[in-house]
Amino acid sequence: MIAAVLTIVMAAEAVVRETVNAGVDVGAILAFLRDVVTIISLAGGLFFVLAGTVGVIRLPDFYTRLHAAGMTDTLGAELILFALMLQSDNWQVIAKLLLVAFFLFVTSPTATHAVAHAAYKAGERPKLGRWRAPSLEDDT
Amino acid sequence: MGDLMPYIMLAATLFLIVAMAMMLTRLIGGPTLYDRLLAVNSFGTKTVLFLCVFCFIIDRPDGIDIALLYALMNFIATIAVLKFFNYRALTVDLGHLPGADDENLS
Repeated sequence: MIAAVLTIVMAAEAVVRETVNAGVDVGAILAFLRDVVTIISLAGGLFFVLAGTVGVIRLPDFYTRLHAAGMTDTLGAELILFALMLQSDNWQVIAKLLLVAFFLFVTSPTATHAVAHAAYKAGERPKLGRWRAPSLEDDT
Repeated sequence: MGDLMPYIMLAATLFLIVAMAMMLTRLIGGPTLYDRLLAVNSFGTKTVLFLCVFCFIIDRPDGIDIALLYALMNFIATIAVLKFFNYRALTVDLGHLPGADDENLS
């Protein structure tokens, strides 16, 4: 097992040394990979944000709108902030973006939960088909 | 591809502006108070993202501090508005309210 891992590591090292000796610019390849990952992450985050917005506009009911907005906003924000973190070359900027991502990750689901709980306590009823909404008297 | 990156960021800000404008329609025409609160909260999240991306475009990362402040303020504003419309006052002690069911709030 250890011998296999050592063999793989030595082979990878040999490949890297060979490419560097052959005149290939490894830094350019890494920068290209960073840009590709940035674009993929940014596009994914924008897709999630737009999907949540369309869901908030199109869905028929308050709770379904909450469901559309609550999750996609969190994931989309994290993906976009991750893309920005990859693009920044200053560690202070990366630390600030990490703080923004952490606070959004904590506060966005909490706010969603608070809004849902307040609406439920205020008597907002979901639109259901065959199923009935659980009554307030059952859980209090 | 490094030269292309500001334009990609610009496209991202345009997407975010479109999403914010679409969220404004729900904010204006939402049937209930909670729809509007949800729209405000989501609008605030998109504003934070817009600020972060915009600071990268103009290459001045100081604005990320403002984005951080806005994220915290957005959450506190949502909770405060919820509490106000629930109890019609902001100075209510939630722990000792006779009607508040503490075990359900946790």
